[in-house]
Amino acid sequence: MIQLNFDQRLPWTITELTQYLVDLFHSDTNLGDLWVQGEISNLSRPSSGHMYFTLKDRKSALKCVMWRSTVNQLTYIPQNGDAVQVHGYIDIYPAGGQYQLYVNVIRPVGEGALYQEFLRLKAKLEAEGLFEIERKKPIPYFPQKIGVVTSPTGAALRDILNTIRRRYTMAEVILSPTMVQGDNAPPQIIAALEALTRIAMPDVILLARGGGSIEDLWAFNDEELARAIAASPIPIISGIGHETDFTLADFVSDLRAPTPTAAAERATPDKKDLLAELEDTQERLARLVQTTLADLEIKLDQLDHRLNLLSPLSKISADRQHLDELLDRLRRRSDHYLQLRRTQLDGIQQHLSALDPYSALRRGYSAITLPNGTLVRSIQQVEPQADINVRLYDGSFDAQVSEIHTTNK
Amino acid sequence: MEENKQNLFDDAPLEELTYEQAYAQLEQIVNSLENGEYSLDETLTMYEKGQKLAEYCANLLDQAEIKLKKIAGGKIVPFESD
Repeated sequence: MIQLNFDQRLPWTITELTQYLVDLFHSDTNLGDLWVQGEISNLSRPSSGHMYFTLKDRKSALKCVMWRSTVNQLTYIPQNGDAVQVHGYIDIYPAGGQYQLYVNVIRPVGEGALYQEFLRLKAKLEAEGLFEIERKKPIPYFPQKIGVVTSPTGAALRDILNTIRRRYTMAEVILSPTMVQGDNAPPQIIAALEALTRIAMPDVILLARGGGSIEDLWAFNDEELARAIAASPIPIISGIGHETDFTLADFVSDLRAPTPTAAAERATPDKKDLLAELEDTQERLARLVQTTLADLEIKLDQLDHRLNLLSPLSKISADRQHLDELLDRLRRRSDHYLQLRRTQLDGIQQHLSALDPYSALRRGYSAITLPNGTLVRSIQQVEPQADINVRLYDGSFDAQVSEIHTTNK
Repeated sequence: MEENKQNLFDDAPLEELTYEQAYAQLEQIVNSLENGEYSLDETLTMYEKGQKLAEYCANLLDQAEIKLKKIAGGKIVPFESD
């Protein structure tokens, strides 16, 4: 220690005085190891990586320094205005002529206690294996019933309904209303999940809440709720708060979505994709039939040729006629399909009804078939005394041909 | 192959099918036509069934509005949202 003679009244050098104060500080047992509480202001973090701020209360301010090595290990990032508790030691910065607190621990006040509790619960549930991937139930691709557990008046419900309406209108959506905030919320959410499962048995459940402060979202860090989610027989998608919010409910749910809207998206296929897929499949079907048709026509020609050489003409003509009928039907159907693809799906139905043979029967025409079921299209097919069946729109009757009259064309 | 044919001509009423089931049947028909040999009669029947299924699927997708319900008093009741 520098010896100063107070009686000499000689001016001290700054360095001498500063060193005197440094020694004084160092000799104090309290200043070397203390906790201080206050609100952060003037926070800065220059390129050196160290962090500087001022802790304030109503009347006083304290300069604080946090070295880069401490800063780099922070899980909580301090912000101006945050109420914090810091631990460290007080020392003098000789070049600045100021005393300051050298901080080696910082934790948020209030949030701090909650956060510690959150970490404790999270570690506990994780140790029990509740977050394991193997536990996660698969999310169905085509849910018919979508359960939603959220507030009936919140933005989350509105976002979810809008999203499902946009993507997948064939779903049935069942809301199980509940409070999503406050001390009473966790048991209510558990009851809402339970009622939804028991009464509606949906294919998937969306557990959602809009954004809010950490306290607002706290209900979703409840241990009992986390256990209820983990035990749910129905897959649960969580969409709680914003992208950056993680709650225990998110960790135990079968799928964590960053927001309620995203949760609704994960639960539903997009109508646009399904329609595109459906149209592709329809086109494949039409092409296949066209190919089959072309193949069969070639085969038919070959067969026809051989039959002409080998068989009685009458048999050929009967076979040929039957095949022609089928080919004609097929060609008409597939030609129509291609036409309809241009005018979209609504044309299909109209077209099919136009093809309905019953509509001709309803207009008073009748259809005549032979006992073997062949449609009689020409008098060449019948002889006197032949048994025939006459079909009208409301039934049919059997008859016998009495006489044949040929029409001259 | 025989088994496939059996399924294809199994006529469950369309309106009882979910989208997933109807679309799976449609795909099955297309795949069978792609991989199998069928008579003209069978091809025609399968094509017509396929078209009906596709139309049914499209109608389901075009359904105008979700069915919205809520749980109240231990029952499922209609629910109107704004």
